[in-house]
Amino acid sequence: MSIELKNVTYTYMPKTAFERTALAGVNLTLAEGKLTAIAGHTGSGKSTLVQHLNGLLHPTSGVVTVDGIDISKKTKEAIDARHSVGMVFQYPEHQLFEETVEKDVAFGPKNMGLADDEIKKRVKDALDFVKIDYETYKGRSPFQMSGGQMRRVAIAGVLAMKPKYLVLDEPTAGLDPRGRDDLMARIVSLKREKKMTIIIVSHNMDDIARIADEVVFMHDGNVLLDAPPKEAFFSDDAIAAAGLLPPHTVSLLKMMKDSGLDVDTDAFTVDEAVRRIAKAMKRREKSC
Amino acid sequence: MLTDITIGQFFPGTSLLHRMDARVKVILLFFLIIAIFVFDTPGDYALMCALTLGLGLASHVPLGTLMKSIKPLWWILGFTFLIHLCTVPGETITTVWIFTLTKEGFMRGFFLCLRLVLLILLSSLLTFTTSPLALTDALEALMRPLRVIGVPAHELAMMMTIALRFIPTLIEETDKIMKAQQSRGVDFETGSILKRISSMVPILVPLFISAFRRADELAMAMEARCYRGGDGRTQMKVLRVTRVDYAGILFIAVFFALQAALKIVGI
Repeated sequence: MSIELKNVTYTYMPKTAFERTALAGVNLTLAEGKLTAIAGHTGSGKSTLVQHLNGLLHPTSGVVTVDGIDISKKTKEAIDARHSVGMVFQYPEHQLFEETVEKDVAFGPKNMGLADDEIKKRVKDALDFVKIDYETYKGRSPFQMSGGQMRRVAIAGVLAMKPKYLVLDEPTAGLDPRGRDDLMARIVSLKREKKMTIIIVSHNMDDIARIADEVVFMHDGNVLLDAPPKEAFFSDDAIAAAGLLPPHTVSLLKMMKDSGLDVDTDAFTVDEAVRRIAKAMKRREKSC
Repeated sequence: MLTDITIGQFFPGTSLLHRMDARVKVILLFFLIIAIFVFDTPGDYALMCALTLGLGLASHVPLGTLMKSIKPLWWILGFTFLIHLCTVPGETITTVWIFTLTKEGFMRGFFLCLRLVLLILLSSLLTFTTSPLALTDALEALMRPLRVIGVPAHELAMMMTIALRFIPTLIEETDKIMKAQQSRGVDFETGSILKRISSMVPILVPLFISAFRRADELAMAMEARCYRGGDGRTQMKVLRVTRVDYAGILFIAVFFALQAALKIVGI
């Protein structure tokens, strides 16, 4: 099963002087079990797009289906389908409001109407997963924590609802390099261990290169390209049209090739790029 | 959603009214409002209506949009009219239950409502043709003489400017927080009143926190750029009285003279 968008158009403030079309007939399938990255510059419609995935916005025209169910309906089925899509917004720490970490993480599950012991178990699991020690922090106010910790608590609040699909909008914005690496590693293990389908919005192509199974480039409310990374990162035209830059690894290999090193330029992860360079260096030594 | 709201009713344009100095507009509006109450014969009202219509046309604001500004006051207008219709003694038209509707009451109610409508339309014309920032600048300039008696004119204007500046930001913020909490399963639309009020807590707490944070950051940024209040401060956009303004003042003066003349002649 998957999330499918068929011909989705969305217009902000229709029929006023401020009318603006943010999505213009988007067709997209977000396959289950995959980690899809959506990239595009500011105003390309990516945030509008992800808000359609759990029914926060309803398309002006077109249909969004989650596991085959049209989520714009008001039936029980449609509501459940919407709840199966968890959403982590940009700067999720700004949504914290409860007095204690435990209560805040429990807020989502409580709204789902779960039993108390189940809620407690989920809170514990979710906090464990984001590496926040339950016993130490459960009674603390989230507002006494550091920015990175607050963000992890907020993400735990969404994970505790055990969504089948997880959408993250710029999850690493404003984090330091260590925090970013940690969070990215957690997201990958969500996919591997919990078999979650993940949709991540980012304009950091290096992050995307590291983790994505599928890459979508957006521009002016349209999907420019929807392809696996090994294809997407080498589509120079699409990358340029979307106003993005290729990952540093790709640019580096290309620059080396241009300055005369006989290196294969088909890698985009750091490890592979290193291997390609090492290989090229060896080749050069031999020929010398 | 919430972001679909526009704040203030400024209607950008380049009409004569748009080009006038905001201070002049405020003062002229003040005199016009007085005139509405001083000149009160049907003939005066006709003139006033014609003037309002003329100004409306001159402003290039669509008349429909202009008329919409009366909408929030429908209830007050209707109520005022009914009260006058039923309570003013005079020639009876008809009797409904314990109320006697009189001809005098009808006339008086009608003219009072007309007065209110003219008042709203003229003030709306000001806000339609003046950007909020120009308006606060004008108010600051007009309040400046009051500094002698200790009115902090600049500070008040600065507060207004900041408040106006932050309305859209806070709306956006509210929208974002609401969406985040909706994604966590909060239901804002159904349930009892008590339940709906309690579902506001998850929005208000983060909103207050972010408002305080923003206020703090703004204060810091202003201080870092050496802001120290109004004394000796110049403005980027200096208000200037130009030919358009003199023409406007002259026009309104002639209009008043005409009304006064009519009053003295006694029509």
